[in-house]
Amino acid sequence: MAEEVSLRDTYGKTLVELGKENRDIVVLDADLFPSTMTKYFAAEFPDRFFEVGIAEQDMIGIAAGLAASGKIPFASTFAVFAPGRCFDQIRVSVAQARLNVKIVSTHAGVTVGEDGASHQALEDLALTCSLPGFTVIVPADAIETAQVIKAVVDHKGPCYVRLPRAKLPDVSSPDYRFKIGKAVTIREGKDATIIAIGVMVAPALEAAGKLSGEGIDCRVLNMSTLKPIDEDAIVKAAAETGAIVTAEEHQIHGGLGSVVARIVAERRPVPVEFVAVKDVFGTSGKPGELLERYGLTAKDIIKAVRKVLKRKR
Amino acid sequence: MYNEDAVMTPSDSKNSSGTSADNVKAGVFSSNEDLKAVARRLRRHIVTMIARAGSGHPGGSLSAVEIAAALYWKIMRHKPSDPQWKDRDRFILSKGHAAPLLYSVLAECGYFPVSELATLRKLDSRLQGHADRTATPGVEMSSGSLGQGLSFAVGVALAGRLNSQDYRVYALLGDGECNEGQIWEAAMAAPHFKIDNLTAIVDNNGLQICGLNCDVMNLEPLNEKWAAFGWHVTDVDGHDLDQLLNALKKAKEVKGQPAVIIAHTVKGKGVSFMENNVDFHGKAPSAEQLEIALKELA
Repeated sequence: MAEEVSLRDTYGKTLVELGKENRDIVVLDADLFPSTMTKYFAAEFPDRFFEVGIAEQDMIGIAAGLAASGKIPFASTFAVFAPGRCFDQIRVSVAQARLNVKIVSTHAGVTVGEDGASHQALEDLALTCSLPGFTVIVPADAIETAQVIKAVVDHKGPCYVRLPRAKLPDVSSPDYRFKIGKAVTIREGKDATIIAIGVMVAPALEAAGKLSGEGIDCRVLNMSTLKPIDEDAIVKAAAETGAIVTAEEHQIHGGLGSVVARIVAERRPVPVEFVAVKDVFGTSGKPGELLERYGLTAKDIIKAVRKVLKRKR
Repeated sequence: MYNEDAVMTPSDSKNSSGTSADNVKAGVFSSNEDLKAVARRLRRHIVTMIARAGSGHPGGSLSAVEIAAALYWKIMRHKPSDPQWKDRDRFILSKGHAAPLLYSVLAECGYFPVSELATLRKLDSRLQGHADRTATPGVEMSSGSLGQGLSFAVGVALAGRLNSQDYRVYALLGDGECNEGQIWEAAMAAPHFKIDNLTAIVDNNGLQICGLNCDVMNLEPLNEKWAAFGWHVTDVDGHDLDQLLNALKKAKEVKGQPAVIIAHTVKGKGVSFMENNVDFHGKAPSAEQLEIALKELA
């Protein structure tokens, strides 16, 4: 098993690196900097770090004002709080206003663990993808996280980046170059395609490895940019492999599965199966236990692949 | 329906009135005009454009006319020819439903033609139902969902400090808007950050959609609330231009803390049947009512 690395730690350290080169980068946090890891930036650049207290709506508004004045604000908290608690502020003050605010939230999904349902964001991708002009990215490992943070600084416009609490193994190659809107094929295959994001990319690879032992050859796509999504990669996968499984640590409504299904239905209809949280809230437990409870493991992906292959003509 | 020319005559437009100094100091707006005449013109625009649109919010636009006139004609440094001028003072309209007031001001200052006011709320108009920074030259913030402007103003003020720019930020809030929790989040943050390049003005007209502020959700003692949060507070008659100008000038001198001016105003001010009448919070006057209103504002 590959060594597991903290994505949020990488986020915090990358911010410091970028902050050295770009004086316009400012960072806001709502009383969670030891957890979001913006603490590194706070220590290095206290003048460009704003602790707003437990006030996420205010944080987004201040970030919008900074962006309107030429700054590149990164606003960080837990994913349940942004976009969850301050969705209207994100909608009106940031998205409708087309302002260059970067919301990077951590502790998304059931892998938050023991804190339970209130703290396990499973709706954040649906919320952010619904906003016109928003870029939505879910890195799958630390290598990709560093690249994503660089890319969102260069991209002009509002962005949401979703990070987990849990450490994850590297799935990207060290020379990987992330590009917004570009899916990455991390394993080639012809029988079916597993399209995964974030925490689910490593289990997708594991599932593909196990299935290949049985002679089932799965392609694995890391769809780290959920919006704007790489439609061509999806259509190509549908055309070349004839069956798709999506895998995400998010509600089944409005996340990766919904987006992929729409594109497949519009452009290249093939059977699709969905690995996601099935319209229930989370609960307390260890991350591994919760991934099992909600059907988010390599085993569940394998089951979905077998099912989709049966439906494949 | 009504004679638009009656409101938008050439003598009313800024090009032929007292704002001829637009070119002085590289386009910085300046005017020696009598503010009472300006205020009357703004009110005529507001009722006319809302009547023509058939919808909109006259009450809270009319109540803040003197506040906006004082700011744009006497206090703020701004260039109608260059809305993005980096050294401009910033006006943040947090109560976004008062967009007709802001549009009237911007048109009179020369940000866009006065004739464009007739397009308010129409399909493809730059003058959206609520203020939209992506649509209208001179609009700093997209608002309409209440409670968001003060946080935005804090961000703009912090950026000014980071950039060592000496612009000042003005945020116009509604009193009913102060029901929103986010206002008080920002009210806590601005003194915490020792922001002193920000003046908030509360248009305290005493009414909100469902009735009197004190009946819907009591705000009082409003003055003491702001003071307790760490603001420098001044109470003024929001229709008395001398009091307003005086308070706005004094607010600039406050160091180490933000300033708020509680402007006591009359909702619907200037039109007898709209004054203190909550029905005209968000209702357009009929053609007959417009005629009466314009007579009163002659």
